[in-house]
Amino acid sequence: MAIPWDLIVVQTVNGIVTGMILALVASGLTLIFGIMDVVNFAHGELFMLGAYIGVLVLASTGSFLLALTTASLVVALIGAALQIVTLRPLIGRDPLTTILATFGASLVLQNYALWQFGPISRKIAEPVSGQFHLLYLEYPWYRLVIAVASAAIIGAFWLFLKFGRYGIWIRATTQDRVMAQAMGIPVPWVHTGVFAIGAAMAAASGVLFGPLVGVEPYMGLPWVLKAFIVVVVGGMGSFGGSIAAAIFVSLLESYASIWVSPSQAIIVSFVVLILTLLFRPTGLFGSASR
Amino acid sequence: MTKRDTRSFWIGFAVIVALLAAAPLVLPPFWRHFVTEILIWGLLAMSSDLLIGYTGLISFGHSAFFGLGVYGAAAALLLVAPPNLFLAIALGLAAAALVAGFVAFFSTRLRDIYFAITTLIFSQIFYVIIFTWTSVTGGENGLTFTRPGLGVPGLYVVRFTPTTMHWFVLAVVALSYLVLRRITRSPFGMVLQAIRENEGRTRAIGYHVEHYKIVAVMLSGVFAGLAGVLYALQNEFAAADFVFFLVSGETVIYNVMGGIGTLVGPIVGAAFFLLLREALSRFFTEYYLIPLGVIFIAMVIFMPQGLLGFARRWLNR
Repeated sequence: MAIPWDLIVVQTVNGIVTGMILALVASGLTLIFGIMDVVNFAHGELFMLGAYIGVLVLASTGSFLLALTTASLVVALIGAALQIVTLRPLIGRDPLTTILATFGASLVLQNYALWQFGPISRKIAEPVSGQFHLLYLEYPWYRLVIAVASAAIIGAFWLFLKFGRYGIWIRATTQDRVMAQAMGIPVPWVHTGVFAIGAAMAAASGVLFGPLVGVEPYMGLPWVLKAFIVVVVGGMGSFGGSIAAAIFVSLLESYASIWVSPSQAIIVSFVVLILTLLFRPTGLFGSASR
Repeated sequence: MTKRDTRSFWIGFAVIVALLAAAPLVLPPFWRHFVTEILIWGLLAMSSDLLIGYTGLISFGHSAFFGLGVYGAAAALLLVAPPNLFLAIALGLAAAALVAGFVAFFSTRLRDIYFAITTLIFSQIFYVIIFTWTSVTGGENGLTFTRPGLGVPGLYVVRFTPTTMHWFVLAVVALSYLVLRRITRSPFGMVLQAIRENEGRTRAIGYHVEHYKIVAVMLSGVFAGLAGVLYALQNEFAAADFVFFLVSGETVIYNVMGGIGTLVGPIVGAAFFLLLREALSRFFTEYYLIPLGVIFIAMVIFMPQGLLGFARRWLNR
């Protein structure tokens, strides 16, 4: 079989684009896990809610940037409320109970969206409609905008963690919860804040990704599953690892979909997960012990 | 357990089984079907309790075992010329055991949250395979087949009526309960509980924790597969939805609602969940999961022992 070089080039670009979105989703998940030991089952639903709020704001104002910021802020508030109501009472209990609570939350949010918006998928218009030549294809600029925007959000967040005052609080809480509390950092509020930031990142990726697929109540599950895979492959709680793993897994999936249908290409990421668990259960890029 | 406890257990067991056996004779068809379904979902929940309640592993992948039980039974009924009940059970259990062994081999390398996520992802692998492999599994349309008769093929076979089907399900579930109860009280079950309480110490004593976990997952998977076989026999229908994550999620909900680590609790939880769903869908139609999700979260927070644990504490007060 001849190697279809042109397809490989196109799929490389595609893979990097979806990889950046996935990285944005997964880094929110990693952040929440790394700091609070909470696996947020409702993450995919926050992604979905963000996309819906994006649809609504875009329909009424016509500004994509406004849709992106509003969706992020509103979902951040929803996330904060979710954390205060469902996760705060569980502090000090078995971390497994947080899976159950966020799983319940995901059911509620998903069915709320189904009730409110119906099962028919909605479209977000692409804010940048131009195209450029990629070999024989007309490749939409918007896909590159997604990749750059995701990278920018992740980069800004990294800078915030590294140098921002509250970013330092967050890192301190990750390292030693008790000591951070002793130094006067309001740890419960750091948790709420981190959950809100993670939710906002999920919402932003939902709005960015919306134009490519259409927005519907069940859109979250495949993303949260892939994000889980990425987080495990990248090393749970490792921020850089999950970004690298997101791009790695997405690239492999894009290449696989040259030969098989996209719904089967997801099996490739399952295989990556299995191999990782077999040979390097701490994750490809992380060093955290488990 | 004292002699008196043993006697009251058997009396209680006999009374409940007798009540459930009498149920189809007095209930209208809708509720008769409802009770049979509760028993089947209860068996699935009970199988998962072996992991959640006794070994301390939350499985979010029981839909894979259940679904493979359904499809295994379907395959036996569709491929073998005179459909044979026992072949259907055997193939369903074998399929579930195979998948459970595969999942167990990988997922038991991980603990806590990682185990939960890995089982979830594995069940989705099987969902994708079954959903996309249309030529074999029927894909989105699923498979339909007819239920075989009960008896020894060639010698004596009676057709299932809804009432005898109920009794058959009841017999299988009651027997499975006794077997699972025996397992949890055996030395093997004690080791599982030791793993739940303190994995490091259990390892230090010299038990090979991974082997015990793999066997536990496989046992649990086989009983989940048995529930799948019963479901296939009851509904004469196999669909990819049974392998979907939602079934696993509901299994966990049954356990948490009823009370983990009790075996009876998950059945109570399944009954409570299904009744609640029935009642709520009168008001909320297909959006019943909104109030149900809220109730579930509230139970996770305020009633961590589940209905059974709550009742027990309340009675002892």
